[in-house]
Amino acid sequence: MTGDPLFHDGVDLVDIGIMGLKVVVAFGFLLVATMFMVWFERKLISDMQNRIGPNVAGPWGLLQTFADGVKFFFKEDLRPENADPLVFRLAPYISAVTAFLSFAIVPVGGVFKDVPGTTGTVNIFGRETFLQVADPPIGILLLLAMSSIAVYGIMLAGWSSGSKYPLIGSVRASAQAISYEAALGMSVVAVVILAGTLSTHDIVAHQAGGINTWFLVTSGVIPFIVFLIAATAELNRPPFDLVEAEQELVGGFHTEYSSIRFALFFLAEFMNVITMSAIMVTLFFGGPAGPIFFGLTWFWPTIWFMSKVMVFLFIFVWFRATLPRLRYDQLMDLGWKVLIPLSLFWLMFISLKELRASNDWNWIATYAAAAGGLLLGGTLLITALRAGDRAYQKDSEDA
Amino acid sequence: MAGGMLTIARILRPQRPTRQKLIAYESGVDPVGGEWAQSQIRYYVFAVLFVLFDVEAVFIFPWATRLEVYGLFGLVEMAIFIFILVLGLFYAWRKGVLRWV
Amino acid sequence: MVDTIVFLVAAVICLTGALGVILARNPVHSALMLVMTLFGIAVQFVSQEAHFLAAVQVIVYAGAIVVLFLFVIMLLGVDTAQNLEIGALPAQKWAALCFGVGSLALTGYIILAVDNPVTGRPGMGGAIDETANVRLLARSLFSNYVYAFELTSLLLVIAVIGAVVLARKPVKQLPEEAGR
Repeated sequence: MTGDPLFHDGVDLVDIGIMGLKVVVAFGFLLVATMFMVWFERKLISDMQNRIGPNVAGPWGLLQTFADGVKFFFKEDLRPENADPLVFRLAPYISAVTAFLSFAIVPVGGVFKDVPGTTGTVNIFGRETFLQVADPPIGILLLLAMSSIAVYGIMLAGWSSGSKYPLIGSVRASAQAISYEAALGMSVVAVVILAGTLSTHDIVAHQAGGINTWFLVTSGVIPFIVFLIAATAELNRPPFDLVEAEQELVGGFHTEYSSIRFALFFLAEFMNVITMSAIMVTLFFGGPAGPIFFGLTWFWPTIWFMSKVMVFLFIFVWFRATLPRLRYDQLMDLGWKVLIPLSLFWLMFISLKELRASNDWNWIATYAAAAGGLLLGGTLLITALRAGDRAYQKDSEDA
Repeated sequence: MAGGMLTIARILRPQRPTRQKLIAYESGVDPVGGEWAQSQIRYYVFAVLFVLFDVEAVFIFPWATRLEVYGLFGLVEMAIFIFILVLGLFYAWRKGVLRWV
Repeated sequence: MVDTIVFLVAAVICLTGALGVILARNPVHSALMLVMTLFGIAVQFVSQEAHFLAAVQVIVYAGAIVVLFLFVIMLLGVDTAQNLEIGALPAQKWAALCFGVGSLALTGYIILAVDNPVTGRPGMGGAIDETANVRLLARSLFSNYVYAFELTSLLLVIAVIGAVVLARKPVKQLPEEAGR
């Protein structure tokens, strides 16, 4: 039985109340985490660059983001003359809403044991429920859907500004986002093959048996690496932040945005970083699963989840401080010529491995057949392309 | 469950405008005064390729959830499917449209 | 009760979007309205317990195809309202009118001819299992429709080849290009 046990025996007011509470808590948590993330990033980078960083507002500059946020409210909201008024207003919302909606499918807590489908619940007001806002049967597909919608936020923001830099920035950004979204989807498939389900809750339940059951290990490290790179690029984070390459594009798609609308983009960007970290933890690192030591049992999974997410937040910042920005052609090459073929190959490999294990096929026969198939496919491919080239050359000589 | 997503959106949306209301002033000063520009055709190729791989992913997901059930038959079918699609990618690669100059 | 409300809301979204597609002056607005319609349809799918189809609807149509449309719109740079009177073929208007009236009549006939209420029907997938959707789809994909499934990949590759051919520069121009 899948789905949240909260809704198994009908829906009443308490259930709706719990649902609402979850939404509010998740939203509040994400907002606070986002504010913290901005501070964390600035502080960490300044440490890495031997600077002090924000240190005035609050202890260790903790309230810096809050101060910036307040400042945004009091700033004038400019809209360029040429801008498309409706779309210009719409774009930041698309960014912000999609950023939050992806987070809804992440299980943030609940005690997971090594029996899929039966665990991971907590008790709120005497009701069993999952500690995640929604557990739709399509689960992880929601992430893909939301990231494909998020492209609109960027694209429309740039287009509606009615100005050159944002337009170029946004077309670049959306081309980049869709390029890496393909790779992102392919790397998720590897996890789905192993878990046999799309639901994020069940994916976590499959990884509850300790580190060697984490999909990071069982899927080989490749899908994770592909996912990490693709997610970084999808979020337009450095070293893939060509979209906002200040030297050539001013500020990218949000050049014309100011005040609270700019803040929404800013918020969405950092929210997405947190969401993607959380999704990575869910897919490859067992989500909230982990050992429970003492005291409150529901408390530990959440702690595990948060500390795992923290590691990824650190990695994202680390990337930014360490890696130089890619060139656009390198970016596209990496996406289409490395990540997609690699993840497709790995996908087939994993499915073969799984099938071999479940059907008890012979080791040597299986892999020999696979190698033969690969060889045959490769030969066919090269022959086809060669033939195409010859015909093409002949045509152009005739012309 | 399905309503969950909508609920979030519904709950989320009203929260934004309240912030918006805090901004009393708005002005239409235009600092740049740009023109609408055209983008390049190479973006179009990437978009078409994206459609290709998106549809591919959509077909892969049902198979991926039921891998064991379809066994060897499913694997071979999927291998052919992926092979044909990769052919498209390699064709574009070979023709140099993936090269960004 | 809830189903009816969801249906009505989604239907209004769909129809508003559909009207917007044809009425909007700006092609980008039209594309956006199309996304709205697609979203409405996705909500309808969800209310029929077809979660997977809803996700596919959003991922493929809203996520990929309309993005493709938008790229094309931006490629052409058609934002200033063009005078459509010039471009249209003379017969086009009448043909469009005929087709429009014809399909409307057909839709009307179907609604009248089918006795059962069209709305408010229970979902098909949900009766079995919540994850059954994807599984049922996989079953028909790998049994009855396996050739169609493989042909889809061919179709997609043909689309890519077409795009590549369109996007590539003609060969004759290459030496000049190299000179620059």
